Amino acid sequence: MITAERKPLEEIIDYVKDFKRILLLGCNECVTVCAAGGRKEVGLLASGLQMALLKSGTSIEIREHTLERQCDPEYVEELVPMIDSADAVLSMACGCGVQQLAMRFKEKPVFPAVNTKFMGGSERQGVWTERCQGCGDCLLGITGGICPIARCAKQLMNGPCGGSCNGKCEIGDDVECAWHLIWERLKALGLQERYLDIMPAKDWRPGGGAGPRKIIREDLAE
Amino acid sequence: MKTESYLERVLAAGHLAVTSECGPPRGATAASILDKAKYLEGIVDAVNITDNQTAMVRMSSFAGSVLLRQQGMHPLLQMVTRDRNRLAMQADILGAYALGIDTMLCLSGDHTRFGDHPMAMNVHDIDSIQLIQMVKTMRDEGKFQGGAEIKGAPKMFIGAAANPFADPFELRVMRLAKKIAAGADFIQTQCIFNVEKFERWMEGVRKMGLHKKCYILAGVTPMKSVGAARYMKNKVPGMDVPTELVERMASVEKEKQPAEGIAICVETMERLKQVEGVAGFHIMAIDWEEKVEEIVKKAGLYPRPQIQ
Ligand code: SF4
Ligand code: SF4
Repeated sequence: MITAERKPLEEIIDYVKDFKRILLLGCNECVTVCAAGGRKEVGLLASGLQMALLKSGTSIEIREHTLERQCDPEYVEELVPMIDSADAVLSMACGCGVQQLAMRFKEKPVFPAVNTKFMGGSERQGVWTERCQGCGDCLLGITGGICPIARCAKQLMNGPCGGSCNGKCEIGDDVECAWHLIWERLKALGLQERYLDIMPAKDWRPGGGAGPRKIIREDLAE
Repeated sequence: MKTESYLERVLAAGHLAVTSECGPPRGATAASILDKAKYLEGIVDAVNITDNQTAMVRMSSFAGSVLLRQQGMHPLLQMVTRDRNRLAMQADILGAYALGIDTMLCLSGDHTRFGDHPMAMNVHDIDSIQLIQMVKTMRDEGKFQGGAEIKGAPKMFIGAAANPFADPFELRVMRLAKKIAAGADFIQTQCIFNVEKFERWMEGVRKMGLHKKCYILAGVTPMKSVGAARYMKNKVPGMDVPTELVERMASVEKEKQPAEGIAICVETMERLKQVEGVAGFHIMAIDWEEKVEEIVKKAGLYPRPQIQ
């Protein structure tokens, strides 16, 4: 999923302080799972904002709402009846959700309330780690299911650098060396020989090197 | 011979080659690199010019190499994949060769988090093995990485690094095999303090016949003080400094520690000479270039062969 973290309150206040009526929007998908922008966080941010603004002598009207999916035009349409009563929109969705709103409601200022981070998985309760950089041409089939692009600090494609130590990455003890993991896994699967194949220089076009990416499914596209 | 590289000629003639390194200055003064390089003139066969070593901005390896070349020395251009993409690297390879630089070392480079620009974006368009492959294709096929023809191929003698002390150990020989398969002509190893472990690695190297396919230069570093020894032991990723060596450094008075460090270095070289497959030495005397002459002489590697 896409992970996100709420922005500091001061930065959010700075965006919205000059508006009277704010529409604060959450999203029920990824940002709910990583506890950054779901219904609960919308409520917390609304009261936090109210309190902070009251202290500085301003009052602001905040309307809360959470969409099923903010990156999808179908759900964004739901906002039509409420958009006119807002001077600005504050979104707790990922960057895709924020842009979907900005595109649909061109006349409204839309501000992000979270920092969108990475594509990750949940390691354990409250811990998310990066797993994929969307390189567009997945290598997991040859690297034992562990991604060297997202998980090796140097994006090495042909094995560990000289800094790998006791299974940890040279950048710090809290980071596992992706290539150590890949090697252990290839061994466990009896696929060690695979390691000797040289992975050629990567074509980064599917990974964003050719500009913004797009998927068109002719069978589904209207 | 694949190139006109002086280092290749020394190695091909069967001599134990000696290389050393010179870090370019953190400033725009040519004299600061030339002054250091002077200590190495006539003492070593080629001088590595580091490329933003430890992820700190320095005068470029390319410019430093040209400065040395202009003095008639043999620079060894280091190139890391961290700072530039494949276009920039190929452009530099063409330029360097045009200016008389025909020997290079392909590296991935230390992560930016260790330097003074931790906020920088790491490039890593290609990795070190892919860089080796790219330089070989440029040289042997006269082709750019993208496939187009090069008008005037750069005939580079291609070097790579190997660290026998990093983990996982069992992968280290295979990683060398991969570098050689990609096109590495010579290897400079990480500093060797743990000779037994290096020996074990070399056993694996010989078992795969890799020492016959490329020249292996054993890396050594003289320790200046017990502090430096401790730092390398504890702080530098992928370094293996045995406790006995740190204790040996600690056992002599402070003023005598530099001499002790050099003695250890020379003893290590003597032991390494006995290891089958070692084709020479790479002396990394970081900011201590003036001692390289003493080390080379004490190790019985002076005078250097004069090859035409
Ligand atoms: S190889 Fe590419 S697509 Fe596959 S997990 Fe890694 S970054 Fe994602
Ligand atoms: S230590 Fe491992 S994960 Fe870290 S940069 Fe080196 S190879 Fe990549």
